Amino acid sequence: MSYLEYNTKFVPTGVRKLLYLNWPLVLLLIAVACAGFLMLYSVGGGSVTPWMEPQMKRFALGLAVMITVAMVPIWFWRNMAFVAFGGSVLLLLGVEFFGEVRMGAQRWIDLGFMRLQPSELTKITLVMFLAAYYDWLPLDRKSHPFWVMVPVIVILVPVALVLQQPDLGTALLLLMGGGAVMFLAGVHWAYFATVVTAGVGGIIAVLESRGTTWQVLQDYQYRRIDTFLDPTNDPLGAGYNITQAKIALGSGGWTGRGFMQGTQSQLNFLPEKHTDFIFTTLAEEFGFVGAITLLVLYTLIILFCIASAMSNKDRFGALLTLGIAVTFFLFFAVNMAMVTGLAPVVGVPLPLVSYGGSAMLVLMAAFGLVQSAHVHRPR
Amino acid sequence: MKRPPKDVIQSSRIIGRRALVVGGLQLGVMGIIGFRLRDMQIEQADQYRMLAEENRISMRLLPPARGMIFDRNGIAIAANEQNYRVVMVREDAGDIEQVLARLTEIIDIPPDALTRAMDEMSRRAPFVPVTILERVSWDDVAQINLNTPVLPGVQAEVGLSRYYPMGEDMAHVVGYVGPVSDYDLSQIDDPDPLLQIPRFEYGKTGAENRLEEDLRGSAGTRRIEISAAGRIMRELDRQEGIPGKDVQLAIDARLQSYVQARLDGESASAVVIDLENGDLRAVVSSPSFDPNMFVRGISVADWQALMENKYRPMAAKAVQGTYPPGSTFKMVTLMAAMEAGVITAEDTVYCPGHADVSNIRFHCWKRGGHGNMNLHESMKQSCDVYYYDIAQRVGIDKMAEMARKLGLGVRHDLPLSAVATGIAPDREWKATVRGENWRIGDTVNASIGQGYVLTSPMQLAVMTARLATGREIKPRLIRLIDGVEQPSGLGPSLGLNENTLRRVRASMDAVCNHNRGTAYGSRILAEDRKMAGKTGTSQVRRITPEERAAGVIRNEDLPWERRDHALFVGYAPVENPRYAVSVVVEHGGGGSAAAAPVARDILLQAQYGGPPPLDAYPSNLRDQIAEQQRRIADRIPAGTRSQGRA
Repeated sequence: MSYLEYNTKFVPTGVRKLLYLNWPLVLLLIAVACAGFLMLYSVGGGSVTPWMEPQMKRFALGLAVMITVAMVPIWFWRNMAFVAFGGSVLLLLGVEFFGEVRMGAQRWIDLGFMRLQPSELTKITLVMFLAAYYDWLPLDRKSHPFWVMVPVIVILVPVALVLQQPDLGTALLLLMGGGAVMFLAGVHWAYFATVVTAGVGGIIAVLESRGTTWQVLQDYQYRRIDTFLDPTNDPLGAGYNITQAKIALGSGGWTGRGFMQGTQSQLNFLPEKHTDFIFTTLAEEFGFVGAITLLVLYTLIILFCIASAMSNKDRFGALLTLGIAVTFFLFFAVNMAMVTGLAPVVGVPLPLVSYGGSAMLVLMAAFGLVQSAHVHRPR
Repeated sequence: MKRPPKDVIQSSRIIGRRALVVGGLQLGVMGIIGFRLRDMQIEQADQYRMLAEENRISMRLLPPARGMIFDRNGIAIAANEQNYRVVMVREDAGDIEQVLARLTEIIDIPPDALTRAMDEMSRRAPFVPVTILERVSWDDVAQINLNTPVLPGVQAEVGLSRYYPMGEDMAHVVGYVGPVSDYDLSQIDDPDPLLQIPRFEYGKTGAENRLEEDLRGSAGTRRIEISAAGRIMRELDRQEGIPGKDVQLAIDARLQSYVQARLDGESASAVVIDLENGDLRAVVSSPSFDPNMFVRGISVADWQALMENKYRPMAAKAVQGTYPPGSTFKMVTLMAAMEAGVITAEDTVYCPGHADVSNIRFHCWKRGGHGNMNLHESMKQSCDVYYYDIAQRVGIDKMAEMARKLGLGVRHDLPLSAVATGIAPDREWKATVRGENWRIGDTVNASIGQGYVLTSPMQLAVMTARLATGREIKPRLIRLIDGVEQPSGLGPSLGLNENTLRRVRASMDAVCNHNRGTAYGSRILAEDRKMAGKTGTSQVRRITPEERAAGVIRNEDLPWERRDHALFVGYAPVENPRYAVSVVVEHGGGGSAAAAPVARDILLQAQYGGPPPLDAYPSNLRDQIAEQQRRIADRIPAGTRSQGRA
């Protein structure tokens, strides 16, 4: 396949590409990031240090990365998909052997200037690889059992490695993200129905296996499930986080307690208030209005991605855009479900808002891919 | 390989359809999250808001000021003084060692206090104020305030602590407070939350302990905002507590101080009762101790000195101590016999110096004997044989009954620690307590207040008060609590024969005022202020027949702890009695020599409300008394020194 396949007649070139960026999407990303800066300023006790300032610098870097990625033609990225995915699987193997143990799980590789979380990278490269795979696969083979098994195995390799770390949350996100791309590519309904049925059966098996010799999950993972089902069981231990988070969120009311007036976050009752639980700070200080506003901003990002994909006749570009949108959606939906007590605490940050380096950079690079697909789409 | 356009169009259609499905699912999930937010933030907002407030707000107790204790004339006995303490907050201080070094240049801090503070600071959270030194003088506080700029994190705080202005004079009555201990808490069913405050002052002994509930008051509250780590962020509001109730004692502080000084550090005790209402004008145990030592935290050396002192300064002998009453019990024997009708006042008993009862010889204190004795003479001269005889006639049970009627062998409910019950023995008592049969020899011993009989000075004073009035007088220590008058101690008539009482009183008059009476040497000359009473000398050892044959060893030749107890009970004035007194000098020797003069001085002091004129005393004693009065005047605390006649 070469770029001659693309009808490049209307594709902008050079600096003119900047004009053809999906600017509403850029503005939405900036708006969400600004909400994050505001909350980091608040939980920092009304100070740009220690969180707001580094986060702003990182976001600026992220914007630069996004635009750089967007400038590169999409067919280059399609050709790079296999290399990128292979590289991130190697990195995942790397953490197995050289990773630093942190918070009880091996997740990081220290590159000196930043700590890289290969599982973050894998979420995007997996989507890239699957989009490229379905771009290459002739349409009539997409539901053939053999050609379905190939991407399934490709998905299961990083999932198995991430589970090994162990990081159940990311493994599930990879599984759902990969599955979503397969679904979007048009793989037959029946496969998904089977998998969902098997999944429900599997969950029941996992819960039933507890305490037996063939116990599937680690004890701490079972405890998280217990805590999720009834946080009041253990209000000072594992349930403390979720209980305090719900109190913070609920006490926000309609319009919140006011900027920097949230007692739960300002008085340190909230755990991880600058990372995984930052949404509760926002919901506490700006109330229902603030929380829904952020939710709407996220929704708009998803909608703009879907719109961009639907106007894109290039299969790789469309699948990549939708896959990244789904991954992004899974991030914030799981985080919000987690802090509102709808899902167990799995340690997923709120994208673009939570304090964190590698997650944000990877995400901005992913939106760079979305932009590249948008700029270089055949019209 | 050029892709056929049809393929591209079909692929776009598939992806478009599936994208709509996925987008719809995503919107659905976001809808669920939105609903969940609405549910929590709008429907249940109040409930979560309340939980957040509970998290944030902590109640802290404000200790109330402890009630004061006054004497009957309003002289402060237990007060609260402001005391300053130096505290330091680690995180404000920065370089702790440097700040402490500067602080030691300004005020004097003992090295052990310094190491203790350093140790505590390293253990506690950095924002917790740690006390470096307590009871800092105002001068030091001023110095610290002046040097605030170079002493970051150091502050002088003010608090209230108990202070006993009368020092040792009231120690056994009011007791003392100390930091509440785990043991104290374990003794209470439902402890006041105040008691959980570290180092909260709690009444340990005496009235401070027994009136704890009244004196404590109730806590105020302070609502503060705290962080998850427990740091106090700010105060939201405060409600002051209710101070403890003030208590006025029946004690006359000036008389109390006088008696303390008069006992002069001897191992002795004295009780003065006002016959009008049972008011305890003085309850003195000697020697005493300074209760302020306990409030501040007593040093090991001081504690050991108190414990090793053979005169037992910590013991409230006036109410806790029990002694064989000796001859002061003779009134009980006499009253029992007269009330039972087994003798008349004129019946005589011949005293040859001893009596033989069931083959045991019981001796009279006078070796040669007293000859023929009747009621009046036997009391005046304190003949023992007369009582051996009448006791056998009346029997121990009637004697015990009379003893209890007069207030011996029963516990008087006073708000003091360890009030002794004493023993008024009878057959039943010996059977249950000792598991033995009562012997006639026991009755003989009991008739002169020896053997099993044990009484406290308080009980002896009550007995005297009841004999002097014929009424059931109950001792009253507390006059007012929070301005409310406590029930008077003046009870109904005891129903004793008035003639008998008159004869007994007349004989007690003779003891002091007849020239053959045992306390004639301690008589009061002042008209209308004369004293009546009874001496007592109680043995604490057995005198063997061999010793008796060789001549009884004189008290002065015995070691202190084997000497006789000296006792005296009395009242004054003889006509219209107003005050009853009991004096017990442990191992003091004879009652007439060691106890009666003390009782005389106390009764004079009480009646005059200050130092009596010298002409109240027999002329041969006046020089000695004048010297004694000067000595005592120097010892009485300035605040309670008498302002002339009351």
